[in-house]
Amino acid sequence: MLDIENLTVHLPGAARPLLASVSLSIRPGEVVGLVGESGSGKSTTAKAVLGLLPSGAVAHGRVLLDGADVLTMSPADLRAHRRHSVAMIHQDPRAALNPVRRVGDFLVERLMPVHDKRSARARAVELLDAVGLSDPARRLRQYPHELSGGMLQRVVIAGALATRPRLLLADEATSALDVTTQAEILSLLDRLRTEHGLGLLLITHDLHLAAAMCDRVQVMYAGGTVEQQEASELFRSPAHPYTRGLLDCSPSLDATGLPPHPIPGQPPSLADEFPGCPFAPRCPLASADCESWTPVPAALPGGGTAACLQIPVRSA
Amino acid sequence: MFPAAGRQVAGLLATLVVASFVIFGAVYAAPGDPAVFLAGGRDDLTPERLAVVREQYHLDEPFLAQYLHWLGNCLRLDLGRSFQYNDEVVDLLAARVPTTLALVAYATVLFVLFGVGAGVLGALRRGTWADSVLIGGTTLSASVPSFVAGIGLAAIFGVQLGWFPVTGSGEGFAGTLHHLTLPAVSMALGALAVISRVTRQTVVEAAGADHVLVARASGFPERQVVARHVLRNALAPIITMCGLVTAGMLAGTVAVETVFGLSGVGSLLVGAINGHDFPVAQAVLLLMVTGYIVITTAVDLAHPLLDARVKTARRVA
Repeated sequence: MLDIENLTVHLPGAARPLLASVSLSIRPGEVVGLVGESGSGKSTTAKAVLGLLPSGAVAHGRVLLDGADVLTMSPADLRAHRRHSVAMIHQDPRAALNPVRRVGDFLVERLMPVHDKRSARARAVELLDAVGLSDPARRLRQYPHELSGGMLQRVVIAGALATRPRLLLADEATSALDVTTQAEILSLLDRLRTEHGLGLLLITHDLHLAAAMCDRVQVMYAGGTVEQQEASELFRSPAHPYTRGLLDCSPSLDATGLPPHPIPGQPPSLADEFPGCPFAPRCPLASADCESWTPVPAALPGGGTAACLQIPVRSA
Repeated sequence: MFPAAGRQVAGLLATLVVASFVIFGAVYAAPGDPAVFLAGGRDDLTPERLAVVREQYHLDEPFLAQYLHWLGNCLRLDLGRSFQYNDEVVDLLAARVPTTLALVAYATVLFVLFGVGAGVLGALRRGTWADSVLIGGTTLSASVPSFVAGIGLAAIFGVQLGWFPVTGSGEGFAGTLHHLTLPAVSMALGALAVISRVTRQTVVEAAGADHVLVARASGFPERQVVARHVLRNALAPIITMCGLVTAGMLAGTVAVETVFGLSGVGSLLVGAINGHDFPVAQAVLLLMVTGYIVITTAVDLAHPLLDARVKTARRVA
């Protein structure tokens, strides 16, 4: 359904590309996780699917949704694409809703071109009911500031479903919520995916969450894909040192009792330029060759790919 | 909602009482003895004559008693008689207020139309030549005082081109509109810069909000995004500011009324102060303060209707 092919995005004035040859595909009903630190290009990738690149950005490659390239769409086609094919769920539901308009307006606005006003309201009630909000008719008349973050995220999800999209982009959709709400929202997303056969792109910095939710996980660093594998495989045997570093960052409860182990250094900014592998300066396995080796994804024995010079060395 | 509105009205009344006291005190403290003026000047003035006049106008009573006396009369809508014209102050005001109100209303329509319009245009076309022209033009218009602009406009459009009359306030709706165009334009010009700047800034801020990007990402037509998510959100601050500027204009018509020979309350006030005409000066000032407070209260009451968050904040406070 979604096929991103070698998407490279340059921003004038930046030393390195925002996205470096990113490829990604999602089939209907599939959940793909996009994992990485802030600034690794996860959100930019999702925004590219909506055709929302920063102004002045130059993009190469293709972003195909059911064969149509988002990057070359006319403004009218792009609006129709945003309207009907793809919906995005944002990190902060409080910022995603217009504070001076009612919850009902948010939903009805999305339903309007297809429905008349009366049936749009009825459909909005159904949608709120479907995402598990109590007393949906009353919610329509409330303002965003009268609802909690978890309730608002349900409203945002209801809004995303309003136009029956085929693909949902969840950009850190649960990061701003507390843990119990987080679990509820995730199970809601999973239920909706199975019910409607939606493709789901789950962007998160939480590798454990990605492993639990996703069919496949793609790990990004400095605008490029460093590794992608089946979720269970990635979690069991992470190939790229960055993926392992991310896994070591979270505290574990198993017998080893090792304290969380942060990756040294900072995620690179747009001003940093890399002659070789961008992760080399922070990599525990880096050798002198890494400084000049341009990462190329290599197939892994268990399926998937990883872009690391050290992998063949280790497996030999 | 209701208790909040009630509190606001109570606040309005309290402000009015304080303002009336300040006005009365200020006029009372103004130099010159009104009794001398009332008795017909310093020539052949006897102490007895002065005492009679003082008693007749309650000027011999203590300050507070005079104030309460005046306030009581005001509440009964008896504003006294003008020392100067010997008419009821109410009648004087009734003759003058419509002109000033029409002038302020006309100027308000103009600055809302062009000021808010220019601000919105500048914000939506930010960084283009249109934006720069608007900023430059409104800054220039604001740096010219309204009476100077008035003289300039009268010279060009009144005297040279003969399009508009340069004096008087006209008869009937069309006549009033025709006569008040130049004065209203000269008042509105000064407000244009502040209105368009603040509008531009407010709209730029509103356009930068996350939910606008979300609306755009949902594929709504750009017009709908601008109308429902940008302008709708900028409305409350813009209306507040327009209300304040209009309220300020009520007291600022003096210069323009003088330039265009309009008999409004502004010129009435100046005449009254120059002529020690206490009842008129007090009444005009009280009216101006009342107008100012009523407009600002109306704006405050309208605010929760435009932004529901204000209502809750007040309820919590």
